[in-house]
Amino acid sequence: MILIYTQNWDGKFKKLSYELVSYGAAIAKQMNTEVVALSIGNVANNELQSLGKYGASKVVSVNDPNLSVVDNKIYAKTISEAVNKYNAKVILFANNNEGKAIAPRISAKFKAALITGVGKLPKSVEPFVICKKVYTGKASVDVKVNSDIKVLTLFQNSFGVVEAPVDAEIETLELTIDTPTIKVIEQSKSTGKVLLNDAEIVVSGGRGMKSGDNWAGIEQLAEILNGGTACSRPVSDEGWRPHGEHVGQTGKIIAPNVYFALGISGAIQHLGGVSNSKCIVAINTDKEAPIFEAADYGIIGDVHKILPELIEEVKKLKS
Amino acid sequence: MKILVCISVVPDTTTKVKFIDGKEFDKAGVQWIINPWDELALTRALELKEASAGKIEKITVVNVGAVEAEATIRKALAMGADEAIRINTTAKDTFSVAGEISEAIKDQGFDVIFSGIESSDFNGVGVGGMIAEILDIQSVSAVSGIDFADDVFKVKRDIDGGFEMLEVKAPFVATVQKGIAIDPRIPNMRGIMMAKKKPLNVVESANCEPLSEYVQYEMPKPKPPVKLVENAAELVNVLHNEAKML
Ligand SMILES: Cc1cc2nc3c(=O)[nH]c(=O)nc-3n(C[C@H](O)[C@H](O)[C@H](O)COP(=O)(O)OP(=O)(O)OC[C@H]3O[C@@H](n4cnc5c(N)ncnc54)[C@H](O)[C@@H]3O)c2cc1C
Ligand SMILES: Nc1ncnc2c1ncn2[C@@H]1O[C@H](COP(=O)(O)O)[C@@H](O)[C@H]1O
Repeated sequence: MILIYTQNWDGKFKKLSYELVSYGAAIAKQMNTEVVALSIGNVANNELQSLGKYGASKVVSVNDPNLSVVDNKIYAKTISEAVNKYNAKVILFANNNEGKAIAPRISAKFKAALITGVGKLPKSVEPFVICKKVYTGKASVDVKVNSDIKVLTLFQNSFGVVEAPVDAEIETLELTIDTPTIKVIEQSKSTGKVLLNDAEIVVSGGRGMKSGDNWAGIEQLAEILNGGTACSRPVSDEGWRPHGEHVGQTGKIIAPNVYFALGISGAIQHLGGVSNSKCIVAINTDKEAPIFEAADYGIIGDVHKILPELIEEVKKLKS
Repeated sequence: MKILVCISVVPDTTTKVKFIDGKEFDKAGVQWIINPWDELALTRALELKEASAGKIEKITVVNVGAVEAEATIRKALAMGADEAIRINTTAKDTFSVAGEISEAIKDQGFDVIFSGIESSDFNGVGVGGMIAEILDIQSVSAVSGIDFADDVFKVKRDIDGGFEMLEVKAPFVATVQKGIAIDPRIPNMRGIMMAKKKPLNVVESANCEPLSEYVQYEMPKPKPPVKLVENAAELVNVLHNEAKML
């Protein structure tokens, strides 16, 4: 079996979980097996059922008040019960904060190799060979996995959502869940905004934006495109933008369909976080800026002049 | 209280990576540094110790690596770590590194173990969480802030779509990222002199077997040159009609 660790937000799955199921279903086909999706928390039956659309023939739901806090130790234990019960050979997580927190624990529990940040299907399943990025995107490598069980984390937006409808059988798993040993004393969730990792289009600004006060245009463009906003490291270091928006080798690594780099020079450490984007668009006054070596499309010019025009043009297109 | 910081020794971030026949990383001319997150973790560990009025007694750094790593490990001592452990083997995969570290330190009673969220060479994103599982202790990931007061650690972690402030009791592993410290501490002259006298203990490998092997490296395919356009209207046009992205 292929076990998918899904994530929901207030009882709703997002594209990320559908993408994971899609990817899992494709691997299941290669391995001639099936997909079990695991859901933790209070998720309605019809929502659970929706995972069938992408190829989950079984959806297992675990719900317990003790799981309202993401205690990595307890979550790993819970997931491992499902691994055992369904005899899972491949366990899939998203390559986001939660996935990265729990996947290593599952890997160590089962002595199962952990391959993080995959984006493509395995090249072969017998032996199991899969490609992953290394050196922060500067290269990739084929990894041969020698363990019976494999744990993978999937880069969001790398495989895509693929429909492969089956009837999902819903099952509730009754488990005894320990009391968390960590205590949440404060929680802050950004609501309404497109999360950077989920975003298919990302509008990002660098030092060329000159000041944090000039971000209204970036936010506006992101909003019309239903995209997220990002920035280079100096921008978040200066406090122009929150740290969570910093992309690059020491920030977030993202792979949107389109990455707009506005007033960003394209330093190698910056590119490490965005080079997987399907299309990079650069606007920069300096034609020698390294961003133009990474970009697919570009304009040499002043972002302060071009951005308002760009917003108008995109508005025209969308209307 | 004792803190352990796992440090990975990685190529400088500006390195143009090359491989020998696609099989092996070409080390020629490469400058080695402490993995950026590990350097920040160590910086924060030192700050916590200094602010703890003696409650945090010792900061130890550990590396799984060959003898060449020692120059970089010394830098961690120069920054202010009290002692270093080098586990004498080359890193094979995430699981074996986590196994080596766990085996070497399991009886040393560390209260907090810091690791970086990922190494900039392997990008394994595994070592910290695996150590926690092997030692059967708590772990907190994507940590972007940590404080210590009244015997509890207040930990800020990023979640998907926001952050949480947590209270966590030792022992635990914290895998840290950006925000944990502002800038890495730069060793001063005194630190560099003192580092020479600090203990750097070499321990033998426990021969932890890797679960995976890297068989073939590949460089990204060269991109076609950028297509330059004159203005915003043309840009939207090509993105819509040619790239089919908007
Ligand atoms: C260990 C390490 C890790 C790092 N990690 C990261 C990382 O994760 N992410 C990251 O981003 N950086 C990282 N850096 C920093 C990186 O090296 C660069 O310094 C940084 O990316 C530069 O940011 P920038 O492009 O915004 O600024 P700059 O390099 O200052 O570039 C500004 C650009 O704006 C252009 N410009 C100026 N005015 C205008 C205008 N009016 N219109 C259009 N364009 C204009 C300029 O031509 C220039 O190209 C790291 C550095 C180190 C040493
Ligand atoms: N060879 C190593 N020696 C010591 N610590 C390591 C080693 N490799 C990785 N680590 C630690 O584990 C973190 C994550 O590495 P990785 O799992 O390889 O992405 C790093 O930031 C280090 O803190």
